[in-house]
Amino acid sequence: MSTESENIEGFVNRRYEHGFVTDIATESFPPGLDENVVRAISARKNEPEWLLEWRLQAYRQWLEMKEPEWAHLHYPKIEYDQISYFAAPKSDEDRPKSLDEVDPKLLETYDKLGIPLHERARLAGVAVDAVFDSVSVATTFKDKLADAGVIFCSFSEAVIEHPELVKQYLGSVVPRRDNYFAALNSAVFSDGSFVYIPKGVRCPMELSTYFRINAANTGQFERTLIVAEEGSYVSYLEGCTAPMRDENQLHAAIVELVALDDAEIKYSTVQNWYPGDENGVGGIYNFVTKRGDCRGKNSKISWTQVETGSAITWKYPSCLLRGENSVGEFYSVAVTNNLQQADTGTKMIHIGRNTRSTIVSKGISAGRAQQSYRGLVRIMPQAAGARNHTQCDSLLIGKNCGAHTFPYMEIKHPSAKVEHEATTSKISADQLFYCRQRGISEEDAVNMIVNGFCKEVFKELPMEFAVEAQALLNVSLEGAVG
Amino acid sequence: MLEIKNLKSRIGDSEILRGLSLSVNAGEVHAIMGPNGSGKSTLAQVVAGHEDYEVTGGSVTFKGQDLLQLEPEERARNGIFLGFQYPVEIPGVNNAYLLKAALNAKRKHQGIDEIDAFEFLKLAKEKMAMLGMDPKFLNRGVNEGFSGGEKKRNEILQMAMLEPELAILDETDSGLDIDALKAVAQGVNSLRGPDRAIILVTHYQRLLDYIEPDFVHVLSQGQIIKSGDKMLAHELEEKGYDWVREAANG
Ligand SMILES: Nc1ncnc2c1ncn2[C@@H]1O[C@H](COP(=O)(O)OP(=O)(O)OP(=O)(O)O)[C@@H](O)[C@H]1O
Ligand SMILES: [Mg+2]
Repeated sequence: MSTESENIEGFVNRRYEHGFVTDIATESFPPGLDENVVRAISARKNEPEWLLEWRLQAYRQWLEMKEPEWAHLHYPKIEYDQISYFAAPKSDEDRPKSLDEVDPKLLETYDKLGIPLHERARLAGVAVDAVFDSVSVATTFKDKLADAGVIFCSFSEAVIEHPELVKQYLGSVVPRRDNYFAALNSAVFSDGSFVYIPKGVRCPMELSTYFRINAANTGQFERTLIVAEEGSYVSYLEGCTAPMRDENQLHAAIVELVALDDAEIKYSTVQNWYPGDENGVGGIYNFVTKRGDCRGKNSKISWTQVETGSAITWKYPSCLLRGENSVGEFYSVAVTNNLQQADTGTKMIHIGRNTRSTIVSKGISAGRAQQSYRGLVRIMPQAAGARNHTQCDSLLIGKNCGAHTFPYMEIKHPSAKVEHEATTSKISADQLFYCRQRGISEEDAVNMIVNGFCKEVFKELPMEFAVEAQALLNVSLEGAVG
Repeated sequence: MLEIKNLKSRIGDSEILRGLSLSVNAGEVHAIMGPNGSGKSTLAQVVAGHEDYEVTGGSVTFKGQDLLQLEPEERARNGIFLGFQYPVEIPGVNNAYLLKAALNAKRKHQGIDEIDAFEFLKLAKEKMAMLGMDPKFLNRGVNEGFSGGEKKRNEILQMAMLEPELAILDETDSGLDIDALKAVAQGVNSLRGPDRAIILVTHYQRLLDYIEPDFVHVLSQGQIIKSGDKMLAHELEEKGYDWVREAANG
């Protein structure tokens, strides 16, 4: 058995070395998955009968499915029965009491990223009552949102408070049996965010998981649902630039977006899960299904992502362009360093007439990392006048990394206009010497070139996020050259 | 200011500089001429600190300091500027951004605050006007899609902004039209002063019509085989290099 799969078990075993746990109200479940575990998760959350039934069906479907093998990824077999499917939040006694007890290396990184002091404690998992700021900030936000009629809460809360909305939209974009990981998530999802923007409302602020109370510990099987009613607008920020550690090695999240007539959803992600050490040991495996449904005419869904973390990334944020004149966008920067592997891209499914999509993908590989872009543009027979533009650029740093591009196009309407441009470039020794001759250090030169390469994507991010993302890239590529 | 003694350098297996000596004082302009492949660019790259060139002997000091111990960026911040024979393109990186980063790296080294955006823009536009460059070049990628002559002008712009104590210009005059040549000469002459030195690598007398050198050296097979004043350049133009080589060998 390879060291990496021992590692998954290592995590699991360490967590459960104290033996079988009985009190499901406060403790984690023992490893393993069966119908009883699914029932227990649902019970733990006081879910209604229909949702339990929904989870059970997903579980049964999952049992019949096979883990996909088509991605350009290599990792040891995941032992699903070695994983615990419900982890209670860490109790305050188990958390560091103050920043003094936190790994100084982590603090150093926060410093480099310019994370404000009052955020650091929360990110480092310091006991909640020690983190007054973010809690109070979140509360004021809640009031403001309530005034606008916006619902923004945890998924579990939504199930209890707004069951009719959850029932209507859950699984309507990503069906339970969509793919292996989606089925798994549907059976055992832990928590996540729920957002509902009523008709005609422009959400008065950027919504961020950052400000959602209890956002911690929902990482492993996260489930997010955002519904934008007719003529509404919302910008949603997921994740943060600070490196996130998690004892759960396998992550399988689902994000579903629904945009009705004339609605717009802008979804930005900065993902920085622990990538493992230089030898790739201990990193997160991130298998995500993100899909937006432009259900209404003139609707728009825009994905922007900056991905620097995880040992394995399997992720294809997609758009179903059903509504006439609807627009899908995908802007992505993915960085892989050391032994990281990423197979990522997007799918744009043009169903309605005059639908348009734009794909801008920027991949940066350094060290011995491997990265693949996988994009599908499908123009359905009824999608007259559909247009797509794809720009797919790879930047290589050093000679031991790789970039691969797999563009798939399925065009079933003669009026479609589909353009694809791809480039691969390297940061050359001559470029670095040129910069150094102008007094710029090698590290700064690499950052300058990388940031220049990603400019098109960064400009799609909300302002402060863009600045953070830039700093994040610099930190992620530290030591990539020389 | 710059003292090169018996410098030997090679790239891969071939020895290119074979015991080269050159002394440049503040206030002087030196021209280095010589046949293709004689080692002129190599000399420039070694002084600038290019890692592909291995120094196998001799010494180089700059302002009394052992230059060979310093990283390329340290040499630059200490006042050495190299105008490249083939300036590299850096797509996506804004020309103004690079200029500003270079300027600030130097200012930081000197203990001066970073230049503010307004002051920077003013300075850059002033220098560009002097060089007859359109300000729109500030917003293009570094040398990205520049014509040969535009690249060379851009090198001079960087030099004019950084005001180095020692500027080495490697064939900055090659490929320039007559107006560009005058503009470059104007840039170089405005830098001239008692505290600065300039080394011009060139094949042509015509640059030296605009920038009058104090010394002219002939480099051949990795050594300086003859030095003289500006008259030497005229002589070379007339007679070629063979007579110098013969004289040196004979
Ligand atoms: N990377 C390299 N690998 C092998 N040989 C090299 C390399 N770089 C330079 N040389 C050789 O070193 C010698 C000197 O080259 P250099 O560029 O210094 O000449 P130069 O005097 O500047 O010529 P020119 O007038 O054509 O610019 C040449 O013979 C060249 O082929
Ligand atoms: Mg040369």
